[in-house]
Amino acid sequence: MKLGHKDLLGLEHVSREEISLILDTAESFKEISTRRIKKVPTLRGKTVINLFVEPSTRTRTSFEIAGKRLSADVINFTTSASSFVKGETLRDTAQTLQSMAPDIIVIRHSAAGAPHILARLLQASIINAGDGAHEHPTQALLDMLSIREKKGRLEGLKVAIVGDISHSRVARSNIFGMTTMGMSVAIGGPPMMIPRDLEKLGVTVHYRLADAIQDADVVMMLRIQFERQASSLFPSIREYARFYSLTRDTIGLAKDDVIIMHPGPINRGVEIAPDIADGPSSIILDQVTNGVAVRMALLYLLGGGTE
Amino acid sequence: MKLVISNGRVIDPSQDIDAVMDVIVTDGVITALGTDPNSGDAPDETIDASGMVVTPGLIDMHTHLREPGFEYKETIQSGSAAAVAGGFTSIACMANTDPVNDTRSVTEFIVQKARAAGKAHVYPVAAVSRGLEGVVLAEFGDLKEAGAVAFSDDGNPVIDSGLMRRAVEYAASLNTCVISHCEDRGLSAGGLMNESLVSTRLGITGIPSIAEDIMVARDIALAEYTGAPIHIAHVSTAGAVALIDAAKSRGVNVTAETAPHYFTLSDIAVEHFSTNTKMYPPLRSSGDVKAVKEGLKTGVIDAIASDHAPHSSIEKDLEFEYAAYGIIGLETSLALSLALVTDGILSMKQLVSLMSTNPARILKIPKGTLATGADADITIIDAAASWTIDPADFKSKSRNCPFTGLTVTGKAVMTIVDGRTVFRAF
Repeated sequence: MKLGHKDLLGLEHVSREEISLILDTAESFKEISTRRIKKVPTLRGKTVINLFVEPSTRTRTSFEIAGKRLSADVINFTTSASSFVKGETLRDTAQTLQSMAPDIIVIRHSAAGAPHILARLLQASIINAGDGAHEHPTQALLDMLSIREKKGRLEGLKVAIVGDISHSRVARSNIFGMTTMGMSVAIGGPPMMIPRDLEKLGVTVHYRLADAIQDADVVMMLRIQFERQASSLFPSIREYARFYSLTRDTIGLAKDDVIIMHPGPINRGVEIAPDIADGPSSIILDQVTNGVAVRMALLYLLGGGTE
Repeated sequence: MKLVISNGRVIDPSQDIDAVMDVIVTDGVITALGTDPNSGDAPDETIDASGMVVTPGLIDMHTHLREPGFEYKETIQSGSAAAVAGGFTSIACMANTDPVNDTRSVTEFIVQKARAAGKAHVYPVAAVSRGLEGVVLAEFGDLKEAGAVAFSDDGNPVIDSGLMRRAVEYAASLNTCVISHCEDRGLSAGGLMNESLVSTRLGITGIPSIAEDIMVARDIALAEYTGAPIHIAHVSTAGAVALIDAAKSRGVNVTAETAPHYFTLSDIAVEHFSTNTKMYPPLRSSGDVKAVKEGLKTGVIDAIASDHAPHSSIEKDLEFEYAAYGIIGLETSLALSLALVTDGILSMKQLVSLMSTNPARILKIPKGTLATGADADITIIDAAASWTIDPADFKSKSRNCPFTGLTVTGKAVMTIVDGRTVFRAF
């Protein structure tokens, strides 16, 4: 079986079967990263360009390692959105890259819909590594892989996602993917961080942290970026931490075997208390490991690699 | 010079006419409808309009012609050529040029350029405030003498209610009105599309409908308190329609327009991030689309205006977030509006009121009628002609149109200005 798409632009229109295929493939690739020689020839001769128009170290590194472990030639192309606006357009950059005949372009961009422009223009497969506040599908896939690994299933589990949902592409991709997989999603956060009509996506919305995480199997805390947008949205970091931080006290409301997740990088003491982030329920570092496996799976499935 | 347009279905709401008859034009002026009193003089030209609709020249009271300053997007020449190709004999153009039309010299420049172009009549709308900055009133009296027919900071709301009050009162004293771009910037800040389930799904910052409604409510309060007229530009929300409806029932001196895209498309059209679905106000929800249609049907909305906003690929072939707001409309407005007649929402007569009679009344220009003695501005429409929208065929210099590929029915086949045929489709 293969994916029914040339590109992975988001999870909104990806089916349950396709998500399962990606997760199964990722699981089978995990073992490669535990070998002494962490490399297989699967994508030898394929070219992957990481086009990062927004700073990112974690995701770019994860994609780079994934490509290299599959023997693809990986080229990093990093620029900033501000220089884009003043100079060459995304369209021109895309056409320049196309002339170099890449097989896959991984794009991170601060503007929603930027990967869609590439997908329309180029023959290469496009993987969205995060576009504005729209989607970050590989993050959601690695989150679901991590949950499935710990819980043995996805369907029927209750997950709480807490934070600035309005500005979170991680939240959107997880909402689309998790509801598709039959999970029950509870959203938590103050009203100014919850976008309009969110409940129409099949989730429940809670303004009190306690209500969101009640009986949850999984709690996912999102990074609050006070330096960027939230300062104008919410009174203060102090107020946020007081009412929305995951602490020893609040975590007791979730199920006993709850797992704690975070897409990173974490703000210790803001959305999550240090002892929770480092505690036995936390699978934050497993998420990072699974990120490489999921990205290997996607490069493989979209890159048409051979076993 | 005598011209007879024979056997067309003449629709002129200003005289309550809807009948098959001849229109007789002598030396650029309408001399008779029906029987020619001087039938002894043979006409120099006869146009057989059998099966066609003959209306007072259509008027688009809200366009952006981009000259001076942005001639690579549109010029007065190309914009007025697009106007007559779309069936419009008169258009009003907004003040957000560079330099801004806030002084007599700019207004005079536009009037002269339009005359030289020799296509549609072009009526400048001058700025409410100097530089569109919302601080100091422009010289309304001088601007009116130079040819301005109304005042608007369109593109920007007049945020200062005190300034807006002075503007509407002063404009009223000059027998003109202010055209208001209604936007509460505190609510719309950072917004790129309508705030709805669609913006939530796409992760695009939304512009709530109340950003429009709140300013409409303020402007109605100003019109009610001062008695001065205010015209609300590009109405897009159910809330605004309801507010204007209620105000009109109380006798408030308020009029309103909407644009064809607000009754043709909803915010679902934004789903694929096409920058030709980005404009201000944004495409709204299906409930708003329904309310706008209802507002046109019941007469709450007085006019259809295209808000023709040309942009080149430099501003539009970009990420959604970075792209400019606005779409062209002069050459699609009539066909998209005729769809409301096909759908039984409007009668042909209502359509002509919305696209000719009422805009003339609001702008107080001597147009929008086929009465004897009036300037012979006439549009001949083939209401049954089916065609597919392709901006490559347009006279406009810009191509930012969300309707490419759409098959529509009805088009202007001949546009006559002061008795001269300035456009013919065949």
